[in-house]
Amino acid sequence: MAAESSDSEEEDLVSYGSALPALQEGERIKKPVPLQEQTVKDGKGRYQRFHGAFTGGFSAGYFNTVGTKEGWTPSSFISSRQKRADKTILGPEDFMDEEDLSEFGIAPKDITTTDDFASKAKDRIKEKARQIAGVVAAIPGTTAFDDLIGPSKITIGVELLRKMGWKEGQGIGPRIKRKPLRQKPDPQVKVYGCALPPGLSEGSEDEEDEYQPENVTFAPKDVMPVDLTPKEDVHGLGYKGLDPTQALFGISGREHLNLFTGGSEKTSDLLGDLRHSKGRKLGITGQAFGVGALEEEDDDIYATETLSKYDTVLKDEEPGDGLYGWTAPKQYKSKKRFETEVKYIGKILDGFSLASKSSTYPPPDLPRDYRPVHYFRPVIAAGNENYHLRKALEQSTGKLENDTTQQSRHTLNASQRRDRLGETVLKGPAPSVLEYLSEKDRERLKEVKQASEQQMKVKMLPQQSQNRFQPTSANDAPHKWQMFLGGQLANAGSSDFKPFARNPEKQKRYESFVQSLKQGQKDMLEHYLDPSMTEWERGREQEEFFRAAMFYKSSNSTLSSRFTRAKYEDDVDKVEVPRDQENDIDDKESAVKMKMFGKLTRDKFEWHPEKLLCKRFNVPDPYPDSSIVGLPKVKRDKYSVFNFLTLPEATTSVTQATNERIQQNNNLNKPKKPSRWDVSDKEKEKKDSISEFISLARSKVDIQQQPPVPMTEECGTETNETLPTNEDKDQEESRPSMDLFKAIFVSSSDEKSSSSEDESDEEHQPTVSVINSETNKQVDLPDSSSSNVQGST
Amino acid sequence: LPQSLPVPPAPVSPRSHLVPAPRVDGNYCLTCGSDKSLKLWNPHKGTLLRTYHGHGYEVLDAAGSFDNSQLCSCSADKTVALWDVATGQVVRKFRGHAGKVSCVQFNEEATVIVSGSIDSTVRCWDCRSRRPDPVQVLDEAKDGVSSVKVSDHEILSGSVDGRVRRYDLRAGQLYSDYVGSPITSVCFSKDGQCVLAASLDSTLRLLDKDTGELLGEYTGHRSTTYKLDCVLSEQDTHVGSASEDGKVYFWDLVEVSRVPHVGGRQALDEVLLHPPSRGHQHVHLRQAEGGARVRAGTSGIPPRDGARTSGITWDPPRDGAGTSGTL
Repeated sequence: MAAESSDSEEEDLVSYGSALPALQEGERIKKPVPLQEQTVKDGKGRYQRFHGAFTGGFSAGYFNTVGTKEGWTPSSFISSRQKRADKTILGPEDFMDEEDLSEFGIAPKDITTTDDFASKAKDRIKEKARQIAGVVAAIPGTTAFDDLIGPSKITIGVELLRKMGWKEGQGIGPRIKRKPLRQKPDPQVKVYGCALPPGLSEGSEDEEDEYQPENVTFAPKDVMPVDLTPKEDVHGLGYKGLDPTQALFGISGREHLNLFTGGSEKTSDLLGDLRHSKGRKLGITGQAFGVGALEEEDDDIYATETLSKYDTVLKDEEPGDGLYGWTAPKQYKSKKRFETEVKYIGKILDGFSLASKSSTYPPPDLPRDYRPVHYFRPVIAAGNENYHLRKALEQSTGKLENDTTQQSRHTLNASQRRDRLGETVLKGPAPSVLEYLSEKDRERLKEVKQASEQQMKVKMLPQQSQNRFQPTSANDAPHKWQMFLGGQLANAGSSDFKPFARNPEKQKRYESFVQSLKQGQKDMLEHYLDPSMTEWERGREQEEFFRAAMFYKSSNSTLSSRFTRAKYEDDVDKVEVPRDQENDIDDKESAVKMKMFGKLTRDKFEWHPEKLLCKRFNVPDPYPDSSIVGLPKVKRDKYSVFNFLTLPEATTSVTQATNERIQQNNNLNKPKKPSRWDVSDKEKEKKDSISEFISLARSKVDIQQQPPVPMTEECGTETNETLPTNEDKDQEESRPSMDLFKAIFVSSSDEKSSSSEDESDEEHQPTVSVINSETNKQVDLPDSSSSNVQGST
Repeated sequence: LPQSLPVPPAPVSPRSHLVPAPRVDGNYCLTCGSDKSLKLWNPHKGTLLRTYHGHGYEVLDAAGSFDNSQLCSCSADKTVALWDVATGQVVRKFRGHAGKVSCVQFNEEATVIVSGSIDSTVRCWDCRSRRPDPVQVLDEAKDGVSSVKVSDHEILSGSVDGRVRRYDLRAGQLYSDYVGSPITSVCFSKDGQCVLAASLDSTLRLLDKDTGELLGEYTGHRSTTYKLDCVLSEQDTHVGSASEDGKVYFWDLVEVSRVPHVGGRQALDEVLLHPPSRGHQHVHLRQAEGGARVRAGTSGIPPRDGARTSGITWDPPRDGAGTSGTL
């Protein structure tokens, strides 16, 4: 309609605003810019985008990411150990845009004035006025809120005053000399009009108590501004609203308090247990006012006020709690008064009551011989070694406490504690190597001894060897040991240690032996030894006894109790030792001296390198089927004497000639290594009694150890049946050490080969390789081991 | 029973041990010493190239790998360390020895470190895996192991119990040769036929590897207390040894005749012959006091003639532990 009319009557219309520029030829009408294309740019021409929870959120990051194009990219771990110093602590400003740091941003860097820099010190005058107002006001304490709300700006007047040198808390005016102490106002003096609150008036006068020199001037006292609070209510002059603190707990209300808290629970119930707030001067508690946020205590705000709290009649205060009224009995009244002074403050537990009368107890009766002087009595540990000190103390103190019950538990030793606790005695470790011998071995020894007794009688220890098992001499041993033992013998044999507990017979012998030794009967010593023993054994046992007596001093009980027997006795008698031992040095020594290096000084062993080591060395494993690493090992009797006995005659008597013979023998039958048993065998005719004795013993061992061998071999081969024990027995007399080799070195495979050529090759040694009956693990690879042996030799 | 022979005492501190890092060219020289560090030197210029810190106690021996990329060292702190030459960091540390580790060697491919210790064991450590335990422990020695050498398939160890043990991995055999006197140093001959063993009876012995027979005996120097080194020249023409009188002794290998020695005033511990590169012959010497020094002959001297080097004098030591210089 308007369009139609505009064509006709254009001049009649009034136009507002400026007209759009006329379109030029060919120009298209501009389309309004859509909202999404309206951009805002910052000062540097960068686009500023608005997004966020509400419009106008400031731009965060790079296209809604965390500031980089990649966003959160996982980066490899970089240890901060080396670059600890490079690390800086980032503040919030580091994440802000530049606009935020500008003048009108969030964190402007330019200096601007804020109220924060105003003086924190409170305006004292205002404060005082506020306090007065707070007290006087109809609802006390309300002005306290002004403090929280009001700005802490300083007025221009105060500022000017400060520039003139005024300080807060001072009065205004020229400095004056302070007058000497004013007299305190007499308490009797009547005060007319409105008296200042006690706290305020007192404080100002207390300040004058200080010492004041004459020539010093002071600023004038601050003047209390006149309180010009207009009277707005219709109450009478001087009317104050009921102040509950003043009425009940204030200084003026002390008497009232006494009245109510006289002790009766009923009144305290009425008050709602208001006693806690006694120390407070100001404050609104409980009743009708609620608890302010600044109040510490959460009092019972729901307590109701009752009229019974107030006096309804004007009269003198009642002395009692008012329960009885004026008709109260006389004694009650007087007692009440007394008890209020020694009032118990605090809650009395249920079921308890205050003691009506305090009871005193008489001091204890002193014993008749009581001396009121303390004297020091030192305690000496029982096990103390300082005998002289102990003795001296014993004399000085009269008697030493022998009673163990009086000693501290730290001074007791383990055995004493054990006695107290009623524990059983632990068995100490067996002291000698012989104790580890099994019963069987000992029997064997006995047999051997009997068998060799005849020979022993003829030639008794023909040569003194350096063998450590050899006793020096049966006769001079006691003297030697006696010197060693000295005073230690006094303790030996006492107490509960039993070095030969396994062999009660021997233990008995030992005890009597020690007994006689203590008494110094050197000649009698021999009598306690076993008469059935040989002299050699006797000498050894004697030495053993001496050794035990010396070793087991008094401290042995503590020592032994620290050790206990192994729970599981696995393989007690057997120990793994390398099968091939490097031979005795003696013959090599002589060979070195003669510069005969070569066969004499060389030992060659089968050695199994670890598979991995071969791999690392790029070398094929020489024993691909073997599980052994290092030198092959065999099991031997652990604590057998024979393990440690070397044949002295074999080594000492080996001369150049014998060495050569060994060499020849080695050349003759190649599969042999010069082990010590070989030597002994070769030098059989040279054996003296000891070696014979040992080989005898060995043969016995073999007989006893033989049975399990066929057991293991039966399953494998039938040919082993040709290894009967009686055959061995036949050979025993002629050459006992032969069986020894079999027992130690025979393996099933070797058995196979050697048994076939047993008849022919009888005189020669069996091939030295593995095994005795215990090392079946190694026998498991019979082929490889046997082939190795043959290949290597 | 193990014979309790006195372990040859190490010389008084400060000391250093000289090691030829590269077998190939002899362009580097590695010393280690009581300052708990290893130092890599240029023996020609006498410049310190790198210092390797990481041991907790005196470093007793060190060796370089075939490709110069790794070092191994052993220390009195009972550890054996594998180093990276370039970074100077400890790649691995092998703990297991019960005592001071006195000697250490790489195998040919630097896959195994063989270390000998005063605890009478030789331990083979695997450099490839992360296994903390040794691959194998060779505990046949009855006393401390003073010297160990490794060939392509053998481990040679000299022990204070007076035996030279050769573990042949290929044959699976252990050959133990009794020498009698505590062994201070062993080494293979370059042809792989012989073993040279220095012992505390002031004797070097050349033993046949296969039979153990004595091929030669070289005496004249003094070696009674210290762990001194012996060496064979590159062509097996000469035998060299340090001596406690501060000189280096050389013998003609075949004729067993002594050639003039080079000498100093202080006791020497180690002797190393420089690989004959560019016509030089360097004799590496280590002194008990005052650090390591390197002697160099002039270029005209044929390598086999160790005698000519005696005309050159010492250069002064630069610092306490591990100085290297050249003339």
